[in-house]
Amino acid sequence: MELMEAPGMGQGTAEPRAQAPQIEIRNLRKVYPAAMGEVVALDDLSLTIEKGDIYGIIGMSGAGKSTLIRCLNRLDTPSDGQVFIDGRNILAMNHDELRQTRRRMAMIFQQFNLLMQKTVARNVRYPMEIAGIPKKKANERVTELLRLVGLEEKANAYPSQLSGGQRQRVAIARALASDPEMLLCDEATSALDPMTTQSILELLLNINHTLGITVVLITHEMAVIRQICNKVAILDGGKLAEKGTVDEVFRHTKSAAGKRLFGILPDQEDARPTEPALRIVFDGASVERPIISRMVKECGVEVNILSADMRQLNHKAYGQMLLALPEDDEDRKRMTDYLKALNLTVEEVYPE
Amino acid sequence: MTWSQLGPLLWQGTVETVYMTLWASVVSYLLGLPLGVLLVITRKNHIMPHPTFNAVLGVAVNFLRSIPFIIMLAILFPVTRAVMGTAIGTTSVIFPLVISAFPYIARMVESSLEDVDHGVIEAAVSMGSTNAQIVFKVLLPEAVPSLLNGAAISITTILSYTALASAAGGGGLGALAIVKGLNIRNFEVMYTASLLLVALVQIITVSGTRMMRGLDHKRR
Repeated sequence: MELMEAPGMGQGTAEPRAQAPQIEIRNLRKVYPAAMGEVVALDDLSLTIEKGDIYGIIGMSGAGKSTLIRCLNRLDTPSDGQVFIDGRNILAMNHDELRQTRRRMAMIFQQFNLLMQKTVARNVRYPMEIAGIPKKKANERVTELLRLVGLEEKANAYPSQLSGGQRQRVAIARALASDPEMLLCDEATSALDPMTTQSILELLLNINHTLGITVVLITHEMAVIRQICNKVAILDGGKLAEKGTVDEVFRHTKSAAGKRLFGILPDQEDARPTEPALRIVFDGASVERPIISRMVKECGVEVNILSADMRQLNHKAYGQMLLALPEDDEDRKRMTDYLKALNLTVEEVYPE
Repeated sequence: MTWSQLGPLLWQGTVETVYMTLWASVVSYLLGLPLGVLLVITRKNHIMPHPTFNAVLGVAVNFLRSIPFIIMLAILFPVTRAVMGTAIGTTSVIFPLVISAFPYIARMVESSLEDVDHGVIEAAVSMGSTNAQIVFKVLLPEAVPSLLNGAAISITTILSYTALASAAGGGGLGALAIVKGLNIRNFEVMYTASLLLVALVQIITVSGTRMMRGLDHKRR
């Protein structure tokens, strides 16, 4: 495959090459100079993100995920490796090409980063202003975008008059103003409360479905990945620990980093669970009913919940729960069978 | 001295002070504003990183800033004569005023601009802005309230410099207070002229603060 083809002259109209994935990261490495030698933020990382994906990148803080997403639009310059956007190496681009490419890959941030001295409408208009789109056309698009994110009435408000969730909606409208093909989300929900997080995630999902925009999001919350991503990459100490479809990775977690994030392994090595547990995965397929309390009644077992990380989205349960494994083999079998009959993924996990 | 004699003197002094302050401020900002922008954007992690240039510029600005105005007035005497035609008089004093004030203003502007949230600049970069677009559409507009506050302080400083203009034959309220007040022990003139200076400073400071509050949409 010829990857270093001549730069396309058209801006957003250049036909994306059939074979080239939307984003391809090859052997990415980022090293920061530090007092004691150097810090390796990303180490030989390769990932492929296809058009239409909602690709989640998750890791503990310091895993390098923020550096990774910032390398995608060259806010950070990698020390080594390549980033291909539609088959073109972003690291080999000159300033003009880079600017044009950046307009096709909008970004939203944890701290929203809105222009505080400009109204909501002016914020959303900014990307069109810098692209030289006529004012009248731009203003029509602003109204359209504010309707899409549900903030029509706030057009003349200033960001300081809005709540965090509303600010992120403005940021999303602004990001969409340049008609991007990709949306990079740098911990976009981390500064928001759970309720607001839900509404922003639903908005992102909606944007992906209706506009076909590829979404790359980084987060430290497994629930976020679980709810809207179709693919996930787990980072651990700058290295790729695991990647795949969310279903695959969630049901059959292989890496230690993944297990820690799912709560199967404790965050800290010295806080290992002292008892074996039963891990139940809720993937949204199961209907809303009190599963645990029915299991207790129908199987005649006592249940001790060790941990639970659950979210509701569209009246469906997502997440997982760890139950203390009953000592009695019969009880164990009854519980497992009962849960499996409900099409839940169940597995026994043991302390290391 | 009666009020009928003092009145026109005070009026003339006020006009001259405003004249010197205004022109010196305008010209100083024409030089200091771009310089302040450069001091910020050529920093290591900013949009036009150029650490060597930034360091040299910083040293030059500090050098000019550290010379007291009255010494600057003396040093610049021949230059002022070459630039303004004469080194004496109210208009001529504007030149040394500018040379003293613009490095100070550059630092004031720099400090206003560095308060702009770096995340906002980064967002503008991620949207594909050119450096010029970032300066004129993001950096400066976001800093407007702080720049206005800085302007009020800078103009007040320039106003206080004008009081020393009498050393080069400049006019204004300061010269009036010194030459026709202090020097000939006419305390009536000294105090009235000084009070008028105080009033001018108050007007500038209060209107600066008002404008800053009125235009700031961040702290609401």
